[in-house]
Formats: sequence, C-alpha cells, structure tokens
Amino acid sequence: MSEYLYYPGCSLEGSARAYAESLAAIVAPLGIELHEIDDWNCCGATEYLTLSPLRGHALIARNLALAREQRNGASTLVAPCSACYVNLAKTDRYFRESPEFGQQINSALAADGLAYEGGALRVRHLLEVIIGEVGLDAVAAHVTRPLRGLRVAPYLGCLVSRPDLDGRWSAHEQPHELDRLLAALGADVVDFPLRTSCCGGHMTQINPETAWELIRRLVESADHAHADVMATVCPMCQMNIDAYQGEMDRHYRARYRVPILFFTQLMGLAFGAAPESLGIGTEVVSPAVALARIGLEVSPPAAEQSEPPTHERRQKRPQGLPMPAPLESER
Amino acid sequence: MTAEALRPAIGAAANHTFLNAVLRASDTEPGLEACIQCGTCGGSCPSAVSMDHTPRALFALVLAGMRDEALRSNTPWMCLSCYFCTVRCPKGIRIPDVMYGIKSIAVRERLSPERTGADFSSAFVDNIHRFGRSYEMGLVARHYLRHHPLRLPGLTGMGLSMVAHGRMGFRPQRIKRVDGLRAILDRAAQLEEAPNEGTQPETGHVA
Repeated sequence: MSEYLYYPGCSLEGSARAYAESLAAIVAPLGIELHEIDDWNCCGATEYLTLSPLRGHALIARNLALAREQRNGASTLVAPCSACYVNLAKTDRYFRESPEFGQQINSALAADGLAYEGGALRVRHLLEVIIGEVGLDAVAAHVTRPLRGLRVAPYLGCLVSRPDLDGRWSAHEQPHELDRLLAALGADVVDFPLRTSCCGGHMTQINPETAWELIRRLVESADHAHADVMATVCPMCQMNIDAYQGEMDRHYRARYRVPILFFTQLMGLAFGAAPESLGIGTEVVSPAVALARIGLEVSPPAAEQSEPPTHERRQKRPQGLPMPAPLESER
Repeated sequence: MTAEALRPAIGAAANHTFLNAVLRASDTEPGLEACIQCGTCGGSCPSAVSMDHTPRALFALVLAGMRDEALRSNTPWMCLSCYFCTVRCPKGIRIPDVMYGIKSIAVRERLSPERTGADFSSAFVDNIHRFGRSYEMGLVARHYLRHHPLRLPGLTGMGLSMVAHGRMGFRPQRIKRVDGLRAILDRAAQLEEAPNEGTQPETGHVA
C-alpha cells in the first residue's frame, strides 16, 4: 500500500460525485491509500485569483499548509480535479521560486497558525500517480473486463500537461499518457487531436457563446472520430461536455450525443466493478449506447433512448478553428 | 525563464508605473516586461475571437502605459486560463497570471467592462468566505437569475437531472475552521493594501 495525502476538491462532493465514487472503487486494487486532508478548503478555482492573486494564493496555500502538517510520512499530495491540481502545484512552485512570495503568503497563513515551505510536498494529479507510480503494468494486471470494441476519445483537457512548470509531461499539447492508460484497459483509443483543448471552463457562466463553441469543437471532433465515449480527468471538463452539450446542441441546432466518463469510471468497468458502484447513471448524456458495446446494460433516461449520434448541418456558422465536416456518405 | 534572466528587463521597467502595478498585482513574477510582441499568444488563444484586443495587443497597451484602455478591455475576462499561450510564449511569460493581475486592478477600480465575469468571481468568493467551500447550487441560482435568466428554461432539464442524481446539493458544506480561513484572507488583504506607490487609491476589495 502506498500512502498519499488526498485533496478531493469541492466538485467531487457535488457535481463530480461519480469521480469520487469511481476513485474509491479502484484505489484498493491499485494499492493506493488516500488520506483526505482534514478541514481542506476550496482552492478558489480561477475566481479568487481573478479578484486578488495574493488572497487567492493564500487560500490555496492553506491546503498545502494543512497537508504538510498532516503528512505523517506521506509526501505526495494527490488532487483528482485538474483545476485544483494546477492551483496547488502553482502555489507550491511559486513558494519554491520566490522567497518573497513565500514570506508574504506565510505571513497571511500565520493568522491561523499555519505555514508552508515550498517543495515540502510533491503535488500530483491523480492521473500522474496512476500512470507514473502505480504503473500501466499493474493497471493492466487488474483488467478482468477489457473495454474491447469501446471507442474512447482521450480527453486530457488543459490543466494537466499545462502549464506543467516542472516539465514532467511528454508534451504540453499532444501528450499520449492518457491514451496509453486507456489502451491498457483494452479500449480502442481513437485519434483525438483536441486532447488538450479547452472545454470552456467557467465561460458557460460568463460568456456562453464562447463556451458553446469550445464544447462544439470537442464534441464534433470526438463524434467525427466515431468515439463512443470521451474519457476525462477533470470535473470541469465533464460538467461542460455532459451538462451543457444539450444547450450547445440547441444553439447550433445540432444533435450530438457524445457521453463523457471519468477515466476512473472506465478503469472500474475494466476491473469488473458494477456500473452503479462507479457513479454510472448520473450523467446528463447517457453512456448507455457506448456501454452496450462492452456488453453492459445501463438504463438510459427516457428522453434519450438509444439515439445514435447524428450529424445535422449546423444552421449557425461557428467561428474559429477549422474542423473537418462529416462526409455526405456518413450522414 | 528564471527570475535572474529577467533582471535586466525588470530594471528597465522600474519606473514604469502601470506595468509595475500589473506585475505587483500578479503577486508572482509573470515576466510581462520581457514581451516581444510576437503575437504567439493571440494565435494560440481559443477564446481570442471573443476578445476586444488580442492578448498581444493588451500587453502592448500595458507596456505603453495606456492604463484605462487596458483596464477597460474585456480580454482578460475572456481568458480561460488554458495555458496554451504560456507553453508557447518564447519569453516564458506566465500570461494567465498577468491576466489575473489586470483583472484584480480592474475590479478594485471598478473599471471592469465585464460585470458577468466579475460578479461570477465575487459570488464564488462570497461562498468561500461564508463556508470555506464552493456551493454550486447557491452560486448558479444567484448567477443565472441575475445574468442569464433567459437561459433558465432551456437548462431546467439539465438542472433537474443534476439534482436527481445527487450532483447538486441544496446544502452547502462548511469547513470547521472557517474563522481561521477568514483570518488568513483578511491578513492577506491587509498585505495587499500595504505599500502601493504609483497606483490610484484603493477603493476597498470586492468580495
């Protein structure tokens, strides 16, 4: 058993509870023990940094300081949410880079008797721990229900391989680590060039036209590659692609139905776990059609009984990136 | 880019009031003073199409000391913090950090052109002050009623699905030491308002 400090992040207790449930189902087989930081607080996403970088970093650093206090032998802090991960990693990095930064944040932390020291913890995204520390061989060894025939688009999102200030990823824009993990599960990994393109982040709340366009690119690209499902490592990406796909569809008068699952859910399925135990069934866009490909039956919500993905000519011209249009013969 | 490599550029920027204010507001060393105006940032930006200035043009405004134009630009508010520009920037400038710095000044001085973005951030941060955690239900209810009421009918189905599947709770989670967290944030706010030569007077923080 390897022990890790664990920072779940707010969304794993709410909109991304399926991520938390599926993670809980796979940690034991992988030999991971997670110790949740007692009394952790929200990382502030980008919202606190927007209003005040200094207060935003102090907010993030409180978690680092608590984790350091509670480390008890473990030295790696794991975050499953990409936004939380990038915040924790950045604040730790700035502590290491700049003594002035560290002094300033520590004098804020001192108001509640806390302190942090840059580099006291190794901050890692969950995916990195599974790939780099558990290892793909160990993952493959637990596969009892290979995801053979399931076409998966490996959607890593922005904030794992970027900014990657410590340079641990094979590439910033087209890294293939997630592809390899999905392949180890037996999945048919499709070519997905938008693997690290942005899902729109909080733009669904601020400027929805921007968000819809970014969601469209991703969903259209996955659909074009005939992906049955997208795999994600981030609650924000999952939320935007899953919950806002319908609104995007209406905006463009399109009818995409590309489901998106957390990579931990796909791992759980490959390890033989029951779909319900992995939070499957909590999606807005049902993965029922996709999961039927690996012989699993989950009941789709009434409204979208096994409707295959369809392309419909968009009525509004999207702006921005060129995207291949589906061939006439595929319509 | 190491801080050391930037020293000469920082020296050159020493008397540049607005650039300094932006650098200081970023609270890190984002390296904006080294910008060579190549435009790689705008060419890499997935939301540039929604911006009134490309990131490069915004940085030109900052470097030219065009304070009002820069602070009234919607550009930093359209930034997604996706770091495409950052990993491509030949000078290693940490562009999202610069954007946070500019936004924080714009909010403080009430020059932000983007009420929706600033309000969303404020609502999010309010919940953190109250509970120590994000509170998705409270946040979206407040934000959509105020800024996107016309989207609500179309989003009802999605919202009901989220609630039905336990993805949206009615009750906020609260941390134990929320007072301690507030003390930390208050102390940070005091540090922020400490020495601040060269900028307009602070008008209190929005939160």
